[in-house]
Amino acid sequence: MLATLLIVFREVIEAGLIVGIVLAATKGVAGRTWWVCLGIAAGVTGAAAVATFAGQIAGLFAGSGQEIFDAAILLLAVTMLTWHNVWMAGHGRAMAHEMKQVGAQVSAGERPLAALAVVVGIAVLREGSEVVLFLYGIASQGGTSAAAMLIGGALGLAAGAATTALMYFGLLAIPAGRLFGVTSGLITLLAAGMAAQAVLFLQQGGFMEYLTRTVWSTSWLLSQDSIVGRLLHTLVGYNDSPNGAQLLVYAATVLIIVALTRIERARHPNRGAVARAA
Amino acid sequence: MTRISWLAALILAAATALPASADDAAPIAVTLKDHRFTPSEIHVKANMASEIRLTNADSTAEEFDSSALHVEKVVAGGANGIVRLRPLAPGHYPFMGEYHSGTARGVVIAE
Repeated sequence: MLATLLIVFREVIEAGLIVGIVLAATKGVAGRTWWVCLGIAAGVTGAAAVATFAGQIAGLFAGSGQEIFDAAILLLAVTMLTWHNVWMAGHGRAMAHEMKQVGAQVSAGERPLAALAVVVGIAVLREGSEVVLFLYGIASQGGTSAAAMLIGGALGLAAGAATTALMYFGLLAIPAGRLFGVTSGLITLLAAGMAAQAVLFLQQGGFMEYLTRTVWSTSWLLSQDSIVGRLLHTLVGYNDSPNGAQLLVYAATVLIIVALTRIERARHPNRGAVARAA
Repeated sequence: MTRISWLAALILAAATALPASADDAAPIAVTLKDHRFTPSEIHVKANMASEIRLTNADSTAEEFDSSALHVEKVVAGGANGIVRLRPLAPGHYPFMGEYHSGTARGVVIAE
């Protein structure tokens, strides 16, 4: 049971952190609960489907199907996170101002919410499919009783949900005026980390095999296997021995998001001014 | 602009890591049976890319997982998969089957 608990927790914690960030980033936006739940539900359904067809997916693209699939959904998540940040740069300040004034929920329009729902769905799908494969393996082996497995799974899930709550309330402890900046920064690093991870999958699949040499190693300082290392890996893409291509893509992703948000902010000067004056 | 100089340093560091030379050596065959890897000790040449051809002889899926090697590869039961290893500095790189980490353990030794 403990083994089940640990492995489920380890996978759920990663999805949980991302859901927590999305919830904090959309605080006070009407309809966000519905979108996040939709994302989770789609992710769980997708996880079951991916686990069921794991063998078939792996067999695609000359045996590199899993890598292509992982890279593709990660890059989709990166696109959605970028879109969210850019959109918020244009509309977010005015929105935050409105929220402070009225003290009520505002309608942000559903576009960025849909984008974040996709991100939530992808996070749940990725980690969830591993949980399904793992639990299925144990179940078909018959080593552990079904009850013990279910309890372990449920406890792991609860611990993951608690992580989401911690992340969410931790972020909400940040003063409202700065929350927007913090979540935007977190989302930028989250996206960069995902992009670097996608590079790794492409390299594993035998594509883009450039700059694969490890550039530096900080495993002596903080191992990626440690709890803190894993958390930082999920949150900001911490890698204890990154290779050249990963570093380039990480830096490029941060640069592109920062550049696009600046351009978008410049296009909406009045709204920014209103928010700053408040 | 400290940010720009920081980025320049990063890009320079990345560029000094040379592209991996394509390795034409045959993949190293590893079998997973009863949730154990055979061989569990895999020797590769240091600083050369290499490949492991993992045959999963068990009926359930397994994930070849190694943070040291930066590999996460799911291989379905009864299937096989290629695990590509980047050029490695000499050293020991442990790996495991994530779903049965009690027994499914091994190490890649680059020398």
